Amino acid sequence: MSTIEDAWSYLTTAQNWTGANGITTSTFDGGWTWANDSIIALGIEHMLMSIAAVTIAAILALPLGVYLGHVRKGGTATVIVSNVSRAMPTLALLTLFAASAIGFGNKAVIIAAAIFAFPPILTNSFTGMADVDPDVRDAARGIGMTRFQIATRVELPLAVPLIAAGLRTSSVQTVATVPLAALVAGGGLGVIINTGIATQRYGQVLAGGIIVAVVALTTDAVLGRLQRRVTPPQLRAVAAAAKASA
Amino acid sequence: MDAPPNPWFSWQYLERNWSEVVDALVIHIELTVLAVVIAVAISLPLAILARRIPRLSGPIMGFTGVLYTIPSFALFALLAPYTGIGRTTVLIGLVIYALLILVRNIVVGLEGVDPDVVDAAKGLGYSPTKLLFSVELPNALPSMIAGLRLATVSTVALVTVGVVVGYGGLGQLMFRGLQSDYRAQIATSALLCLALALILDVLLLAVGRLAMPWNRPQGKRGSRASRQAARTQVESAS
Repeated sequence: MSTIEDAWSYLTTAQNWTGANGITTSTFDGGWTWANDSIIALGIEHMLMSIAAVTIAAILALPLGVYLGHVRKGGTATVIVSNVSRAMPTLALLTLFAASAIGFGNKAVIIAAAIFAFPPILTNSFTGMADVDPDVRDAARGIGMTRFQIATRVELPLAVPLIAAGLRTSSVQTVATVPLAALVAGGGLGVIINTGIATQRYGQVLAGGIIVAVVALTTDAVLGRLQRRVTPPQLRAVAAAAKASA
Repeated sequence: MDAPPNPWFSWQYLERNWSEVVDALVIHIELTVLAVVIAVAISLPLAILARRIPRLSGPIMGFTGVLYTIPSFALFALLAPYTGIGRTTVLIGLVIYALLILVRNIVVGLEGVDPDVVDAAKGLGYSPTKLLFSVELPNALPSMIAGLRLATVSTVALVTVGVVVGYGGLGQLMFRGLQSDYRAQIATSALLCLALALILDVLLLAVGRLAMPWNRPQGKRGSRASRQAARTQVESAS
């Protein structure tokens, strides 16, 4: 019972949100960093790291998936990529990167998170492009569209629901992965949990767990709405079917 | 000052720490197998319930979806204050995640059973129980095995997050290797994780092939045997 009270008092103490000395602290070399005792600062850091990871993954995976889907090649390779990434523990990649030349901290986390954000975007954009009805493609060719026009004006719009679903999956997954950063001396909301466990303040651990869970669920809900908005009504059944099979 | 060598792989490390590595591996396997077995035991009735009573299907699927979105790191943190740090917490978390994958796949499998087949069995006078065990479940098996493989592979990877509460199998080795900046320890445990996931996946694939002789990919050589198998299947069903 007291753990819940502790968690409640942790969450309702203003200083835990704003930090004892503001949301940033200066580093010894004259720069600044997000304060580790402020939920707001850690939250902002968490979001920035997630956005960086998903952006890197999307820049690499989207064109690749769209191209491979358009030429309908490499389906097996995309499946293998997603299977291996599922078997690879996030922690393994994090610790490997942290111990390598990349070093401890947020950089290792962003790269690792980007690697895990890569497969859902790749497979979904591939499937979205490759699964376009051959008759539709045929019709587009029949009215004299070039390959490029078919890809950008016919296949891509039809693939948007699946691509959006992939971006959502990978974003939510990234937001859920970034807390592990705390284990390799990175920032983000996992720090609250890690500090709590290290100092045996289980109220804080519980509070951190709640915050991370709420952030993940909110991200999922917000992106779910966005996904619905970019999906034309006629294609919503397709998107729903894709989600059920994922 | 020359830095001491810090190789990514070293036989010497394995030789000298063999028993420790094996211990961690055994813990890892135990946790995985136990979690998946418990998850199967819980998810089967749950999925059948969801299928039988359509009104429960929505809530069960929705609830599992919400639980699945909660990051594992947070889930362990939510459980730790109550179940302590250590084995129980990790096991509960693993069971929850495996559960969600399994329930979804079993429900999808049961929903995918050809209605005509169910209808035919009903026409033959099958009782609901017999229908479930000799028609619906066998037909849902491909989806169930797929779910089982997915759940097992994810569980192997997820065990490592158990380091949060001090019980992560091979993850424990990774984490210690990181703290002491010893690359061989990290790389070895990472490789063992991958290998374990791969081996369990292939094992389950083989089990699936054995359990579903009618579902084997039809090769040129095997086509006759599988046709035979299909025929006996039809005979035994009638």
